[in-house]
Parts: sequence; structure tokens; C-alpha cells
Amino acid sequence: MTNAALPLSAPGTPSARPVRRRFSWGWLGIVPFLLFAFLFLIAPTFYLVIGSLQNAKGTFTLENFAQLFTPSILQTYENSIEISLVTALAGGLFGFLLAYAVISGGLPGILRSALMTFSGVASNFAGVPLALAFVFTLGRVGLFTIFLRDVLNIDIYGAGFSLYSKIGLEIVYLYFQFPLMVLIIAPAIDGLKKDWREAAENMGASSFQYWRRVALPILMPSLLGTMILLFGNSFGAQATAYQLTGGFIDIVTIAISRQMRGDVLYDPNLGYALAMGMVIIMAISIAGYSLLQRRSERWLK
Amino acid sequence: MRYAARVAWWLVFIVGVLYFFIPLYGTLAFSLKSKPFLSAYTAILNDPQFVSTLSYSFVAGILTIIVSILIIVPTAFWVRLKYPQLRPIIEFITLLPFVIPPIILVFGLINTYSKQPLAVTNTETGSNALLVAAYVVLSFPYMYRAVDTGLRAIDIHSLTEASQSLGAGWIRILWQVILPNVRTSLLSGAFLTLAIVVGEFTIATFLDRPAFAPFLGLVGDSKPYEQAALALVSFGITWAAMVLIAVLGRGSRSRIKVTIG
Amino acid sequence: MPFLELTGIQKRFGDVAAVHNFDLAIEPGEFVSFLGPSGCGKTTTLRMIAGFERPTAGTIVVNGTDITHKAPNQRNVGMVFQSYALFPNMTVADNVGFGLKVRRRSKDQIHKRVSELLELIHLPDKASRYPWQLSGGQQQRVALARALAIEPQVLLLDEPLSALDAKIRVSLRNEIRAIQRQLGITTVYVTHDQEEALSLSDRIVVMSEGRIEQIGTPFEIYNFPSTGFVARFVGTLNVVSAKVLDPTAGTLEAAGQPIRAAGPISGGHPGDALTVALRPEIISLGARDGMNQLSGVVDDVTFLGAIVRVRIRFSDDSGAISFDTFNNPHLAVPDRGTAITISFPPEACLVLDRAEIAAAAAPEDLDAA
Ligand SMILES: Nc1ncnc2c1ncn2[C@@H]1O[C@H](COP(=O)(O)OP(=O)(O)OP(=O)(O)O)[C@@H](O)[C@H]1O
Ligand SMILES: [Mg+2]
Repeated sequence: MTNAALPLSAPGTPSARPVRRRFSWGWLGIVPFLLFAFLFLIAPTFYLVIGSLQNAKGTFTLENFAQLFTPSILQTYENSIEISLVTALAGGLFGFLLAYAVISGGLPGILRSALMTFSGVASNFAGVPLALAFVFTLGRVGLFTIFLRDVLNIDIYGAGFSLYSKIGLEIVYLYFQFPLMVLIIAPAIDGLKKDWREAAENMGASSFQYWRRVALPILMPSLLGTMILLFGNSFGAQATAYQLTGGFIDIVTIAISRQMRGDVLYDPNLGYALAMGMVIIMAISIAGYSLLQRRSERWLK
Repeated sequence: MRYAARVAWWLVFIVGVLYFFIPLYGTLAFSLKSKPFLSAYTAILNDPQFVSTLSYSFVAGILTIIVSILIIVPTAFWVRLKYPQLRPIIEFITLLPFVIPPIILVFGLINTYSKQPLAVTNTETGSNALLVAAYVVLSFPYMYRAVDTGLRAIDIHSLTEASQSLGAGWIRILWQVILPNVRTSLLSGAFLTLAIVVGEFTIATFLDRPAFAPFLGLVGDSKPYEQAALALVSFGITWAAMVLIAVLGRGSRSRIKVTIG
Repeated sequence: MPFLELTGIQKRFGDVAAVHNFDLAIEPGEFVSFLGPSGCGKTTTLRMIAGFERPTAGTIVVNGTDITHKAPNQRNVGMVFQSYALFPNMTVADNVGFGLKVRRRSKDQIHKRVSELLELIHLPDKASRYPWQLSGGQQQRVALARALAIEPQVLLLDEPLSALDAKIRVSLRNEIRAIQRQLGITTVYVTHDQEEALSLSDRIVVMSEGRIEQIGTPFEIYNFPSTGFVARFVGTLNVVSAKVLDPTAGTLEAAGQPIRAAGPISGGHPGDALTVALRPEIISLGARDGMNQLSGVVDDVTFLGAIVRVRIRFSDDSGAISFDTFNNPHLAVPDRGTAITISFPPEACLVLDRAEIAAAAAPEDLDAA
């Protein structure tokens, strides 16, 4: 930055100009972005903050936030957190293994680019089509359900499984969770230098020792950071759950839309407070993500 | 690489592939059960709403990409060049859409823009514009990351100074020097955005827009085969778009090589 | 008995033969350099000694044990990488102590050895720094200490200085050599910088296209290159075209003037065209008795500090000759365009055969590589 600015304020130029230049208008370059973000991201969210602190008549209250701590709503948050945690861990772990397999596992190089493009689609294949695909596959008469029952003699629904329950939702979410992991963790795996492995081997380390003492510690910030992102990703998902369960699963995003849509339970201000609770949880996870991200960036330089 | 390890990695890969493809195969198999054969597909192709909602979503996607590029590229460039100390703030803002899920965003938008004096949602055009604006916001995390990584890979300081010394103005620098050099990353951000927009359900539903995903949800239980066919087609279209990135991206990389050296 | 012995080593990557029939015996405590242009197989050979590549054929013996098929982590061969390859998640002390930790040494032992080594590389106060907090030269010294910590039987260095700037390169290479002498460790050093190889090594292995061109001390390599490739690759060479006058007497005609080679020109016939190579530092200004003499016109004068390099050209296009004189402020440097005579002893004439003439066309390229 200083380099680029230097010639402009070089000594010897007429005195009026350097002063004006130093009082730079350069920040104007990012105004369009800030303006846009303010209008369509920050202002609407801010509206929610206000709304969550008002009652239906528009007077200030903390009542909405107090309501968040009623057992039923706490249960809703708990469900969301559980689903997000499970899918972040499972999706994160499997996504990492998969990414490692195609990058450093000695598989043909073409599989890598195939997996990457596929993950790009699958990580965004959420919502209605995804829910439908799983209904046709793991629903009560889904293809895979029937296959398990008739060919392998495993009756999953008889054993208590349901696609429309928490576990079902988790399986569905994994479909976009682990591809997202593959996409985000791939650069970190690429950043593991071959030299590190060779240096470790050269000093007598076994493969296990290399992983324990070198590779995993180096990857850990990226791994945890990406899993946090997965957590947020599944926490905020709504369309998939809505389509799959018809809105009858008790998670935060569904609860919000129920409060705001004006069905039986209509209390938009409570909806705002629910949303705020969610924003806070997500903000904590994103803060954790960027913290870890910064750390791993320094290492992988 | 030891043989056993190789086999293990193959196994991981195969499990991943099965997870990817079994649901797609299940959907395909179901959609093909319609009688007469392929009637589900002919039905959706003849459904005017299929064509209209899908083209609506694609147009929305393309507009989103254009606006997003126009906003993000100069910002990312400018921040890298002159205001590196602002990067964490910009990065934080672009990550916000991850924090604020669509369901929250859309209610905030409706509340802000449905009352006088900003009653944008009263008109068709206004609602469409609001939809695109919301999608641009959703694209921020992907677009900014992609462009920023692209800029990191090239030496923008030297490129900028070199172009300045040759007499280029800012518009020309951005358009003819920076943009072509981050084309690959831009493309990947763009198509990811397209994939998101085509599949987006929540915002389109609450803004009551005739987009593809709400239509897909509405086809409903009355026409299960068509629904399956539609789900598959939407996946196929997104997939085709991604393959296009890969191909275009490869083309541009070799071109860059030629221009640089 | 040699300490490290490579016999009949070959390496192919698919269709590419990277190393052919490589035979080398290194004595205990010896410092041997591999010198050659880019892509000639230096790294590949070194990596075969370290165990990162399996030779396609041949054996590698260290201290009487055949290690050809041993895993890299069983070899006890220390390696310093061009890119340092320090572990970014560990402090300097943890990096240096890594190999000992892997060997399950006690904490006290590790601590003691790490301090010794940091002392040896003159970085005792950097133990708790992370690699990214060190300069390139410091990182490479840590990498050296890390490789030495396990008391390896052989130390391998792959262009360890190529990422550093010129000043540090010289001081660090002297440091490496001093440490190597102090520990008496058998060392193989890969470089494509002839100055580095000449100044450091007990012996140099000059390689080209996967083959050994010559093995010898720096003195032998520089003064008695056994092939045209070595002559051109090591040092700066003048190449002049010449014609055989009398093969048995060893007389030639260069630039229309008679000169004498050191001995008979084997297989030469009167009138044959060939090439004569001359090192610049062996040529002196002015006519001297009993020496070959050539007269020409000063074409260019380059001031190199302690030395002045003068290029003279001949009337008949047979090439140009550069030679060096010391920069003596009391002596006039010849001006461009003046006619001068140079002298050089018959032994200085390296007669290159015809096959080598074609290869001699691009000596600059080789130097640049
Ligand atoms: N893993 C590999 N696969 C295929 N070919 C290889 C591989 N490693 C090296 N080669 C080839 O083997 C030859 C020798 O390579 P090597 O790395 O040993 O060269 P080098 O002498 O170390 O060169 P430099 O000075 O550039 O490091 C080259 O032609 C190279 O292309
Ligand atoms: Mg090499």
C-alpha cells in the first residue's frame, strides 16, 4: 500500500497536491460494497434486532428473549444443535477422508477433479430436490429401503428408523455436508508439503508418528474451522427439513418460519428473538472459524 | 504408497461415490416407473411452468452473478491494493450470510422494504430486484473468497503499477488486466452462485417469486413421478453448469500462460 | 574401505531414464558434491540414498550394510531439503528434537542434544521461535541441526543454499563445511553452482543427463577436465576454431597464426578442423618467449573489480578470446580497438574433438543453468 502511494506524495510536488492526496478519496472504492451490504444485509438484520426487543404493540420488552428459555424452545435449540453437531462431525470426518483419498491417497488424478466438481454441485444440492431424492431412496417405500428389506433382509423401518426423524434428517444433511468439507479442506490438504512427510521419515518417524506429530497438528485449525462452518451450514438449513417433514420437525429454522408465517402460532416478535438466538450461535461459530482460519493461514504460507 | 493404504483409500472413495449416487439413482429409478415409459419427462418438458420457472431462476442467477461481480471484484481488488487493514472487516461482512440464514434475511428484507417510503415489494419489478439483491448477498461468501484467492495468486501490485506506468486508468486496469487474470476463480464463484440461485427455496417462496425451487415443491404429491424427474433435471442442470466451469477454467488457464510468458 | 557405495545404480521414471549406471564410492568423512545442470539426475540420486526413490537397478551400501531396500525411516541418513521443510507447527527446539523424540529418548537427553546443536549453528537464543519467525538462512541452519540431531551415518544436502541470497550463501556454505569437518560426517552435497562445489568439496562428481562425466578433486576437475562437457561446465571457457597442421608435433593454426598443443593430436590429420578451449585466467597480456602467441584487436573491456576481463577478436572470424588481468591502477588497461598480443602455455590448450564441437556451441546456456 505504501509503495503504491509513495510516488504520489513524493517531495517536490506542488504543496497543495500532496495534502489533498494524503486526504485520500481512495476509500470511495469500497463504498458500493458497503452500501449494498448495509441496505440488503445489515439493515434488514438490524430490523430483527429491534423487532426482537418489541412486543406486538411496538413497545420495548425483553419478554421475547425470556421466552427463549422456556423448555419447549430450549428443546428446539437443542435439537438443532444436536443435528448440526452430528452432521458437522460425521460430514467433516468423512469429507476429510474423501478429500485426502483423492489428493494424496494415490488414486488416479482424474478422480480428484471429478470429485471436486461433483462436490461443488452436491454442496448446494439442498432444499426441495435433495429432500425428494432421499424420500425416493430411503423413504418407507424408497428404492434403497426396499433393496435392504428384500435382498439383505434388513427391515430398517421395522427397526425403528424413519427418514422423517432426527436421524433421517442427519443422513440427508450429510449429503451436502461432506461435499462442502471436501471443497473447503482440499486447499489445506494441498498445503501439506511432501517435504514434511519425507523429512519426518528421514528422521525415523513412522507413518503414525508423522500424522500424530506433524500432519494433524498442522491441519487441526483448518479441520476444526471447517467443521464449525459445517455446523453453521446445517444450523441455518430450512428448506430441506421443511420439504422432508412438512414442517413437523422441531428445529429452530422451522420454528422461526412457523412464528412468522401466521399459521396457528403467530408471534413475529418471538420469531425475531428466535432468529437473534440463532444469529448469536452462528456468530460465535463464525468467529471461531475465522480465528482458526487465520492461524492455519500463517502456517500454510 | 503401500498396497493396503491404497486399498483403504479406494474404499473411502467408493463409499463416497455410493453416497453421492444412490439417492440420485433412487430418484431416477422412481421417475422411470411412470407409464408410459419416460412420460414423466415428456410431461415436465411440456409443462409451461417448468420452462418459465427454470428460465426465471436462470435469469435471476445471471443477474445475480453480474451484480455480484461488479460489486465484489473492485472491492476485493481495492482492499488488497490499498486497504489491507480493512480486509478482516470486509471478510467478516462477506461471511455474514453464513451467519444469517435465508429465513432470517428474507423476513428482514420484507419488513424493511414493504412499508412506505420503501415499499419495493408492491411492484413486480421491485420484488424481482429485491430477490436478486438477496441472492447477491447470498453469493458474497463464495464470490469474495474466490476472487480474493485469485488475487492472492497474482501480483496485483506489480500488475497495477505496470499498467499505470503504461498509462492505463482504473477502469482499464480492472477490466483488461485484473479481470482476465482472475477469470478462473471468477468463473468458479459465478457457477457456484448459479447453483445456489437455481436451488434456492426459502427467499423465493417468501417473496412469492415464480422461481424454480418453489415450483418444484408445489408440484407436490399429486404428480410424484414428475416431481422425481424435476428433482433429477435440476441436479443435472447444475451439474452441467459446474462441468462448464471446469472446461472454461482449463481453457482460460492455458490462455493466461500464453499471455504471461 | 568406502563408507557409502553406490554400485550400478539406475533409475527410470516410466520412459525417462533419470540416472544410468551410477558407480561411486565415498570414503568415511568425505565431502562429495554432485555438480551438473538442471535435470541431470542429482536430486534423484540423492533421494535414492535417502530412500525416497527405489533404484530400478543397483545397490546402495552404507558402512557395510546393504540399504537398497530399507524404508527411509530405517536408514539413519540425515537430509537437508532445498525448501528447508521445517515443521511449521513446531518451535525450533521441537523441530531439532523431532528425530530424537521419535527414537523415544528421554526429555533430558533431547534437551541437552538440542542445546548442543543450537550452539553449533549459532542460534542458541532462537529455541522457542517458530520457523516463520526466522530468516531463510536461519531456517536452513535449523534444518541442518535437525538433520544432524539423529547422528546420521551420512548427511545429504540438496541445494540447501539455492533459496538464499549471495552473501548468506557464501557464509553459510563455509559454516556447513566447518561443521562437517568438526563432526567428520560423510556428506553428499548437491548443487548446480560450480563455485560452491569447487570451494566446498573433497571430491566432485560432475553429472550430465543422468551419467557421471568425471569424478575428481576440485583441482583435477578444474584443471584436467576429462571431457568437453566438464571443461565447459566448470569455469569459463574460450572456444576458438583451429586447423591441424602437424598432428605428431601437435601444431595447429588458430586465427591464421601457428600455435602448439601440449602433445601430439591423436587421430588428427593435417587440415582437420577442430576446436581449442582456453581458460581466461591462464592467458597473459604481451608476448612471452616459449609460449603460444596470438595477436588481435581489443573488442571489449569489462571491469569486474579485482579483475579486468579483456576480449580480443581476430581478423578472420575464428572467434573471440577473453582473458583476465589483475586490476592494477598503475597499469593502463588496453583501449578498445588497439592491437595487442596474448600468450599462453601449450599445456593450456584443451583440444576438443569434433563430436564435442557441436556441443560446445552453447556453453553459456550450461553456465546459466
Ligand atoms: N517423480 C518423477 N517422475 C518422472 N520424472 C522425474 C521424477 N523426478 C525426476 N524426474 C526426471 O528425472 C530427471 C532428473 O531429475 P532430478 O530432479 O534428479 O534433476 P536435478 O539434477 O536434481 O535437477 P535440478 O538441478 O533442476 O534440481 C529429470 O529429467 C526429471 O524430469
Ligand atoms: Mg534437484
